[in-house]
Parts: sequence; structure tokens; C-alpha cells
Amino acid sequence: MNTKNFKWRVIIIAAVTLLGIYGVVGPRRMPTKQDFTWTGIKANVKNNIKLGLDLKGGTHLVMRVKVEDALKTLCENNAAEVLRIGKEKGLPITNAVAEVSGGNFAFKVETNDASKIQAIQDAVKEKIDLNDWTISLSGNTITYTYPTSAVKTFSEKAVEHSLKIIDSRLNATGVIEPTLQRHGAAGSNQILLQMPGLQDPERIKKMLAGESKLELVHVISPPSPSPVQKYTTKEEAIASLGGTVPPNRRVLPYVEREDPTTGESTDPNVKKEPSWVVIEMPAEVDGNELRDAQAVSRSGQDNDYQISFSLKKAGADKFGTWTGANINQYMGVVLNEEVKSIAYIKSQITDSGEISGKFTKQSAEDLALTLRSGALPAPIEYQEERTVGPSLGEDSIRAGLQASLAGLIFVIIFVGIYYRLSGINAILALIINMLLTIAGLIALGATLTLPGIAGIILTIGMAVDSNVLVFERIREELREGKNVISSVWGGFDHAFITIIDTHITTIISSLFLFVFGTGPIRGFAVTLILGLVINLFTAIYVSRTIFMWVLSRKQKAESLSI
Amino acid sequence: MFQLFTKLDFDWLGNRKYFIMVSAALMLAGLASAIIRQAAPGGTEPFNLGVDFKGGTVLIAKFKTPPTAQDLRTALSNAGVRDATIQPSTSKPDEFLIKLPLEGPSAKVEGADKAQVDAGRTRVIKALNTFGKEATTNTLAEDPNAAYKIIGTEAVGPIAGSELRKQAVAVTLLALVGILLYIAFRFQWTYGAGAVIAVFHDVLVTLALFSIFQWEVNLTVVAALLTIVGFSVNDSIVIFDRIRENLKLRRHETLYDITNESVNQTMSRTVITGGLVFLSTLALVLFGGEVLRSFSIALLIGVVFGTYSTIAIASPIMVWWQQKVDAASAKAKVVTQNRPSTARKTDRRTRTAKQV
Repeated sequence: MNTKNFKWRVIIIAAVTLLGIYGVVGPRRMPTKQDFTWTGIKANVKNNIKLGLDLKGGTHLVMRVKVEDALKTLCENNAAEVLRIGKEKGLPITNAVAEVSGGNFAFKVETNDASKIQAIQDAVKEKIDLNDWTISLSGNTITYTYPTSAVKTFSEKAVEHSLKIIDSRLNATGVIEPTLQRHGAAGSNQILLQMPGLQDPERIKKMLAGESKLELVHVISPPSPSPVQKYTTKEEAIASLGGTVPPNRRVLPYVEREDPTTGESTDPNVKKEPSWVVIEMPAEVDGNELRDAQAVSRSGQDNDYQISFSLKKAGADKFGTWTGANINQYMGVVLNEEVKSIAYIKSQITDSGEISGKFTKQSAEDLALTLRSGALPAPIEYQEERTVGPSLGEDSIRAGLQASLAGLIFVIIFVGIYYRLSGINAILALIINMLLTIAGLIALGATLTLPGIAGIILTIGMAVDSNVLVFERIREELREGKNVISSVWGGFDHAFITIIDTHITTIISSLFLFVFGTGPIRGFAVTLILGLVINLFTAIYVSRTIFMWVLSRKQKAESLSI
Repeated sequence: MFQLFTKLDFDWLGNRKYFIMVSAALMLAGLASAIIRQAAPGGTEPFNLGVDFKGGTVLIAKFKTPPTAQDLRTALSNAGVRDATIQPSTSKPDEFLIKLPLEGPSAKVEGADKAQVDAGRTRVIKALNTFGKEATTNTLAEDPNAAYKIIGTEAVGPIAGSELRKQAVAVTLLALVGILLYIAFRFQWTYGAGAVIAVFHDVLVTLALFSIFQWEVNLTVVAALLTIVGFSVNDSIVIFDRIRENLKLRRHETLYDITNESVNQTMSRTVITGGLVFLSTLALVLFGGEVLRSFSIALLIGVVFGTYSTIAIASPIMVWWQQKVDAASAKAKVVTQNRPSTARKTDRRTRTAKQV
């Protein structure tokens, strides 16, 4: 036997096994003396293995979609649009305001020329989608109201849409297998979310509810090369507009580039006083036109991240037209009602831009994520929060563990008896397999849930099968009268092909499940792929090495304990 | 060495008609069960869907002395609430979340009918009354004689997705295509077809049994079905591999005979692996507790039928189809070639084939 080859195999197997053991019982930081005690080990194992909602429980959140806010914004936007239409078409619109109170959503248009009322109505109908609105006239005022039935439909759509966005945000952060359900009576607009135990639930809460309103706007200011028109206080800005803010203008804070804009209140003393600018309403391009948003870093430093975004074709065209016609004008990038950056238009810009603001990596990535997932149709407020135990129930988890352990022990005993000493080979391979699988899951940071355990069950089944295939084949060869050595290697060679075929088939199909599946399906695929790859190592490489050792020890390879 | 099945010589393919009848009977029974249940007045569902799929009610119960989850589950079970999810509130240890699926037809999107929510609540109250009285005052503390109070009752919708359901089916079908392609690549198309049809058979039989016996179908059962797919394919490939090997070695035998031989030769492996997995899963069914029961029963059925389908479904279909393919190509060969071809195993198979 090739001793050198054998030595290397043993070294590799030992090294991998030790790594596996450390991966499971060792801490993720520098080890201390405590880690080598029994309690230390138990604690580390508990920390290392991330368990899902069904196995460990987590956070229970009830959220409400604030539909009324969205409707209010809709009315306000429509009013602003009406004013713009008035100016464009030269219609005598004296006033257009939103009127929102106590469940009533409407906007009013006033004119001083009764004869033009029809013209105004036609112009408004042309530009604004008035499908669900009811119109009423009184004197020189046209009132557009959003009736209750339409509010109901809107709310329903808003909640469904919010569910989808929250779901995609959760998926993107890798929160494993949360449960997301409608909650409460009809019309309560509530959503129930349960997430497995997290290190930082606050961050997820913030990110889920995070508004991600991105707008590209025209800043009201003399054009470049004059500096951009800023005001030191909000009052000054309003004063420049004649004392009140008309519907086609907004006054927003502008925080200068140099400041770290973490968005989290971790460093309040570093924030500079914002200046104020006046921008034109409505925005030239808004978040719906967003195609993609990514967190990028110019300098590679941890606190110097920007958001780079790109627009879809329709938005890019609009943007291109506008920037082309407004060279030297100032434009601003507004995020959640705050101007993040202002620049003058040097030349036509079409489809991409950047939000700078010295974000930290974490907040930039979270922000890019919320931008990508689309803006929530309405703001979300958290109504109830509690932590809950595992949905499977601790009693059933314990029962399941005990039953599984009993099953496993039975398998080990049977294999030991039926295959005699070679059975130990199989048992060893199985133990190393499970150890490495768990270590692998920990290394990947994967969360273990019941579907994941189903994947492990299949892996163990196929691992046992691999060993049985080899052993039965060896027995067959021995029965046919071949000598021990050629029986063993013959058995391995023949079974090898079968094992490869079964494993690759299952791995390929699991890859589909992993790439295209979500939730429990993905959890199942992860453990299965991991377990099978490791099984290829243990059932073939490790088993073979053990046989090498066994055969080398026999003086005359006459009989084999199998 | 103690061995099983060293000299087995059973004509498996010969009995395929009986096997197929058994399978067909099971699937028809399942179909009948689904249709009858749906059509019956008062409309129960073809499947007993859990809260995950159907939606239901969530109740929050506050106790003066909180029981264990086990006791709570037993009490609910005795009151006829079988499929509740019970979660203790770890931040408030005297409160429990109890989620029940709706009784009766599925909830509409907006949330359950008030009557359905109340029906669920009534049952839970019946169960909780075994622990003591329900408080009639505003808070639990105010009523000295009470043991518990239900402080919240809300409807919950299905776990967002009916999307999830559709996606699960689509993704699994995609995975099956992957399996088909790989087996076709390593063996032949006919082998791939045999294996995939066997998988469909296994899943359908499992679902049929779930419909007949009304075991709860929830997300874990979906995971169990995926496991069944893997197990069935694994078993099929082992047999196919042996068939492929024997085809090379025994060139004078028919595909029919070789298939039978291959099954017999691998029987000891099949019984041992199948037996071990079966007994382990049986342990889970018997001792794993009520909540895991649906999951473990699905696995158990899958083990049995995964093994059975390889012999009863995958092999006969493969042999039947392969013989057709060989017959067709042999005919083509006879017509298009007049010089003797180098003998291919397909030719021999067709000439002496025992037609399936």
C-alpha cells in the first residue's frame, strides 16, 4: 500500500474533522479559557447555531399601514398638479388645496371666472387620473372627493403592495423564513410579522418601515455660475416666497455634503445645521422610475459610502429632456423629504446619478435595499411588539430530538451488528458527516429550521445508503469468490459510480430549489446540498481510507469482517 | 456473514399489473376523497390546510399561573382544537399566543368572517376553562376568582403567499426537469421518464392519503414532500445503475430479464436502507409528538412508496418505453441499412424481447 498517500489522507481527514469540531464548539472570536469548559462549549454551540422561528421563536410585530397618510399625499399632489396645469394652460385658477379631515379625502379647485369652470374641469381630467373621484360644484369651487368605496379599494391595494415590499426587503436582508400575514379585522390595514431571533431587531424594524422616497427636483435659484440659493432658516425661505408656500413649491432642509449623514442617531453632535432651499413641485423624476440602486464606495473607507442609482427608460427620457433644457440650472436629489445633494446641470444627464452623503456601509446598503424594493405606498407604524417562543413548541422539539436520536442510535447499532467491524467504518463516516454538515451550516451563517432538518434527514438517509451500497457490493464480490483486496476496491469502484449519480442528481435539483425558491424550500435546499457534498467526502474518501488501513494491517488478506 | 436475499429470483416486472392497480386505486381514492369533500354541502376542504395556508385566528391568553405548552396543547386537543400553534410570549411569560386555523372554508383576503373568528374563540375558551375561570373584569388582576383572560382576538390571513404555494409547485417542477435531464444524460431519456413518473406517483399517493385521512397540510409537509422526491429519485437511480452495468456485462439477455435481475441483486441493499430509514421515521411518528406528526407521517409514506415506486412504476415504465424505442429504431435500421451492422445491444433486445 502506498504509505505516503495513506499518511496524507489521514492528515487531511484529521485536519478537516478538527476544523469541524472547532467550528461547532468554538467561539467566533478569539478563544478564552472559558471556552474549553463544558459550560463554555454548550454556550458556544448555542450561539453558533442559528435557529429559525419554528425552532427557537423570535420577534412578533404587528404593523399598521397608514393609508390615510398616502391618501393625504395624493390629494396634495393633485392640488399642486392642478396649479401647474392652470399656469400652463393659462386658466384662471385662483387656488387649489387638499382638504383632508376625519376620513374625508378631497381637493378643491377655486376660480374667479365661472365661465371657465368647464375648461378647467376638462384640463384637469386630461392630466389627472380621475377614475375613482367624485366631482361636485358649488359656486366657483370644484371639489374632487375620493369616495369611501374607493378608499377601501385603495387601502386593500396598499396593504397588499406593502406586504410584497416588506417581503422582498426581508428576503434581501436574508432574514430566514419569517412569517408574514394579514392581521386584524377588515379595514384595520394591519400586518403581522414574526421573525426568528435576531441580533439587532431594531435595524430590521427601521429598514422594513423605511421610507424610500427618492425625487430629483429643480432647485429654485439663480443659475450657475451664481452659487445655489440657500437660506439659513426655514422662515427666511418661506419669506422669499411671499410668506406662504404655494402648492408648487416646497421648502426642504439641505444638509451639506461634508457631514456624515448616517441617518441613525449615533452621532448627533456631528450634524451640521441644515440650510434650507426652495424646490419646485412636483418632482421631475421620482422613485417609481428607479431601475436599480447600489451602495458604492469611492474611497473604500467604511464611512464614505454613496448610493449610485439608475433610471428606467421612461424616467431616463424625462430626465434627459429636462436636464437638456435646463443647463446651468441647479437640481437636487431629495431623499425622504431631505435634500441630500445639489449640483448644477453641466450637460444633459439621462439615466444615472449618485446620492452622496458619507453613509456608513451598513446604512448605505440598507438604504439601497429600500430603494430597490420600491417605495412603500404608505408609511408603516408599529403597533405591537413582543418576543415569542418557537412555533413548533418546545415540547415537540424535545420529543422530535429524542425520537431522532433514538432512530440514529438504532441505525448505528444495526450497522454495527450487521456489518460487524466494517460497520464501525460506516458509523465513523456518518458521525464525521453530521459534524461537518453542522459546522458548514454555522460557517455559512445559515439558519436551521424544520425544513432544513428535513434536508438533514435526507442527507443522513443517503449517507447510510452510500455505505450500504459499498458494503453490499463488497459482499457480492466476496460471494463470487474474489479475494478480499479486489473485492473491497471492486466494491468501491462500482458503488462509486452509483453514489456519484445519486448525489449529483439530487444536488442539481436542489440547486434549482435554492436559486428559485424562497423560505422553507430554500432552507431545505441549503442543508441538502451542503450535506450531500460533505457526504461525497465522507462516504468515499474517508471510508476508503479506513479500508486502506484495515487491509494494510492484515498479514494475509484472507477474510474481512463485513 | 449474516446476509439477506442472496439468491432472490422474483419476477418483479411480471407482477407490474398488480402494482399498477394498487397505485391507481390509491390515487383514485384520493381523488374521490378530494372531490367528495369539496362537493359535499357544508363544503369541507379537500385537504386539511393549516393556518399557514388558510389563515385563522390568533388569540392572546393571559394566565395567573401559566401552564406548560404541553398542558395547553392537551387541553386544546381535548376541546377539539387539534392544529393550534402555541407560542409562549417570552417577553411576557404569563401570556400565550394561540393560532388556530379557520373552521370551514378558507378566509377571504380581508380577514375572517366574524362568525368564524368567534367559533374559534369559543372552542379555545372551552379548553382554557379547564384551567379555571375566565376573568369577566377588564383586567385579569381585578377578578380574584379568575385563572385567565383572553386579552386579544384577531383574525390572521394565510402566510403571504398563495404566491408561496404557486411558487413552490413551479420550483419543484423545475427541479424535476433538472433530474430528468441529468438522468437522460447519464442513462437514456426513457430512464429519466421512468424516474420522474415514479416521483409524481409518490407525491400524488402521499397527497391522496393526506386527503383521505385529513392530516394537516402545512409548510413542513411541503418540506417532507421534497424529501420524498429526493428519496424516490435516489432509489430509482440505484436500480438503474445496476441495470446499466448488467446491460454491459450480459449482452445476451433481454432488458426485461436484466431489470428483474438487477432488482433482485440490489434487494439486500434496498431492504436495509429502506428498512433503516423506515424504522427511524417510524420512531419519529410514534414518539415525535403531535405537532410533528403530519411531517413524520408524510416522510413515512414517502419512504415506503419511494422504494415501492422504483420497482412498481419506474422500472416497468422504463422497460416498456425503451422496448418501444428500440423496436422503432430497429425497424428503421432494417429499412435503411443492408450491410450487417456491428451488433448493438438494442437490436438483440428487440428481437428476443419479451414485450412489456
